[in-house]
Amino acid sequence: MSRRPYRSRKNRRLAMIAGGLAFLGIAAALVFTAFEDSVVFFFSPTDLTAKEIGPDRRVRVGGLVEKGSVTQGPGDGETRFLVTDGNTTMQVRFVGVLPDLFREGQGVVAQGRLTGGAFEADEVLAKHDETYMPPEVADALKKQGHWQPDGTGPADKGSGS
Amino acid sequence: MIAELGHLALWVALTVAVLQAVVPLWGVARGDAGLTGFARPAALVQFGAVALAFGALTHAYLVSDFSLVNVASNSHSTKPFIYKLAGVWGNHEGSMLLWVLILSLFGAAVAAFGGNLPDGLRARTLAVQAMIGVGFLAFILFASSPFERISPAPIDGNGLNPLLQDIGLALHPPMLYLGYVGFSTTFSFAVAALLEGRVDPAWARWVRPWALAAWTMLTAGIALGSGWAYYELGWGGWWFWDPVENASFMPWLAGTALLHSAIVVEKRGALKSWTILLALIAFSFSLLGTFLVRSGVLTSVHAFAVDPERGMFILVLLTIAIGGSFLLYAWRAPSMEGGGMFRPISREGALVLNNLLLSTAAATVLIGTLYPLALETVTGEKVSVGKPYFEATFVPIMVPLVLALGVGPLLAWKRGDLAAALGRLWVAAMAAAGIGLSVLYLQGAPVGAVLGFALAAWLAVSVVTEWADRIQLFRVSPKRSLSRALGLPRSAYGMSLAHLGLAVFIMGAVGETFFSAETVQFARAGDRIEIAGRTLTFEGVGQRQGPNYQSEVGSFVLPSGERLESERRFFPVEGQRTTEAAIRSRPDADLYAVLGEPAGENRWTVRIYVKPLVMWLWGGCGLMVLGGLLSLADRRLRVGAPGPRRASWRPAHAGFGDAD
Repeated sequence: MSRRPYRSRKNRRLAMIAGGLAFLGIAAALVFTAFEDSVVFFFSPTDLTAKEIGPDRRVRVGGLVEKGSVTQGPGDGETRFLVTDGNTTMQVRFVGVLPDLFREGQGVVAQGRLTGGAFEADEVLAKHDETYMPPEVADALKKQGHWQPDGTGPADKGSGS
Repeated sequence: MIAELGHLALWVALTVAVLQAVVPLWGVARGDAGLTGFARPAALVQFGAVALAFGALTHAYLVSDFSLVNVASNSHSTKPFIYKLAGVWGNHEGSMLLWVLILSLFGAAVAAFGGNLPDGLRARTLAVQAMIGVGFLAFILFASSPFERISPAPIDGNGLNPLLQDIGLALHPPMLYLGYVGFSTTFSFAVAALLEGRVDPAWARWVRPWALAAWTMLTAGIALGSGWAYYELGWGGWWFWDPVENASFMPWLAGTALLHSAIVVEKRGALKSWTILLALIAFSFSLLGTFLVRSGVLTSVHAFAVDPERGMFILVLLTIAIGGSFLLYAWRAPSMEGGGMFRPISREGALVLNNLLLSTAAATVLIGTLYPLALETVTGEKVSVGKPYFEATFVPIMVPLVLALGVGPLLAWKRGDLAAALGRLWVAAMAAAGIGLSVLYLQGAPVGAVLGFALAAWLAVSVVTEWADRIQLFRVSPKRSLSRALGLPRSAYGMSLAHLGLAVFIMGAVGETFFSAETVQFARAGDRIEIAGRTLTFEGVGQRQGPNYQSEVGSFVLPSGERLESERRFFPVEGQRTTEAAIRSRPDADLYAVLGEPAGENRWTVRIYVKPLVMWLWGGCGLMVLGGLLSLADRRLRVGAPGPRRASWRPAHAGFGDAD
């Protein structure tokens, strides 16, 4: 094959474009199949209860950790707490070490599956910055009419990180 | 007073930048050497002025001048010195100032070290660099000044987010910015080339050191950030495919592609317009990253303030820079001449494959990162795209890349012989099969782990084979091989080290992903915790006083008597808690212990991980950085020197061109 003359410039360009398109096609196929399985929707407890989502789908639920609801156990390393958006509360069960910014009365996002009315979280996110809610939690609270811009965040902190 | 000087210096920098953006271009157009030459001193003065401003802010932090809003809200008098210093860039305004400082630093570096550049190209490059500077200096002055005063000044400051009070933070942002913003230089070179309408191998030779420098520092910056997340966040993960991480990873992918395509331009004069496009894309990703991270559209430790106005400002800058440069590209690129011809199976062909795969990978990361934002804007639905998506798209693209990476350096320029190259790689193939099978047999490992280790072995042995081939190991006398080895250019070693680094990194990533063990328990003092064949004894929790925090220290003791201490620190000023994981790093595995919440009845939540081969991850990144530095050391001898190439080290047989 090494005896074949060099391809002309135009052919080479066409070949490169065809190659590029083929790659894009493969990438697009990968992207679409991956999206099918891995996009995780966010719900407030109210929406999640209304939607009747099966235990086979991973979802996120967010709201405030209800004051006084955090209990440890009974299982080893297990924590249970209630997430509320003001209208609906939902029980969340999590095994693991909670993030440093997890606190009662503050915003939280739990990721996991809904099994029989309780939420089995495999990840609990209290995002890094303490000065504001995770935006999705703030929106969920607003939607339920329970948003108090000053009452929900720690009042003693100014701007910045 | 000093703060006002800093503010003034920023105005000086902006004025100089405006002149630097206009005068040299005018000079080049009129053929006026004096006006053209204005670019160099202007770039140096601009850097001087921004450095002065940065110095003024640093001074305010070190002396705790709380009459500045910025210092008051992000620092505290009791903070240790190093974090007062790091606090300068641990906030929105300061970090944007660092951004501009590094931007002007690169402009000054082009002015200072670009002595061999043709006057026109240098003037245009510096003018473009100054245009970016104008945009961001204006952003700082009009939308995010770090020098605003507050009256009356508070007695003390709010403190710095304790998560950021860490040596990782002190180093990660400057290093990351050096990389991120470093791609502004290649962007400016590309736009200058488009303005000139000419790209030749000399252009590529001038651009490559800058691309290499930016890439090296970006690699180091990303690794530092990843390391910080690993030990500071206490989740034991090193990469989360978090949008903020992706924001730095996309420029890295595009920059890696650029680094490789510029080789083709330099050696063979081909892929010119593609290389220009990559240079534009790499910096566009940097700008996009700046927007994502700084605008507050994402929730993260980096999103210091949610301020739509600032986000809008950056978005406008982003649109002008990306839109303008791409329009220019669409207008000028078609007129550029094509270069040397090559067959699909050749060194050039392999580098094209590298570029296609890296760009595709960058595109999938981009889609995954922007999809949630786009969906929310359009439908209001909130989704997150996490690890599963990226693993399902990114990893399949990397597999052919690593396979081809083993072969590519063995192919000749123009026309390669794939069968011969593969024939030389039989050792690598055996090693891959051997390691894959033994992992399968010994561990009963999942398919992914088998393939991953096999790939890494393939790559590592291929790299060694290529090196052995170059020095004709076992084909000539050992003495001759040694002298050949010593005679190889540093850039050849740079390439080998970087590729080897990737192999080592893959080992670490695969080991950590597939063989980690973890346990969460409620433990009392004296409890024994068994994990992955190791036994730890929990010795309970004690108190300790830090410089600006109190901590609860959980101790774990290994049978050897070795002690691991994980802390829960409480920072009273900030009212926040952080976790310091205890990590015992060994080449085979990290033992990682975290003290969690108290669980009543004298019990504490403890979480123990065994994470195999994590050191290899960092080691791999280190090798890549070392490879970059080594190549750079070689280049420095001939930065900007388009003169005759040194021929002394050119390999004897035609199959091997120089790899740099």
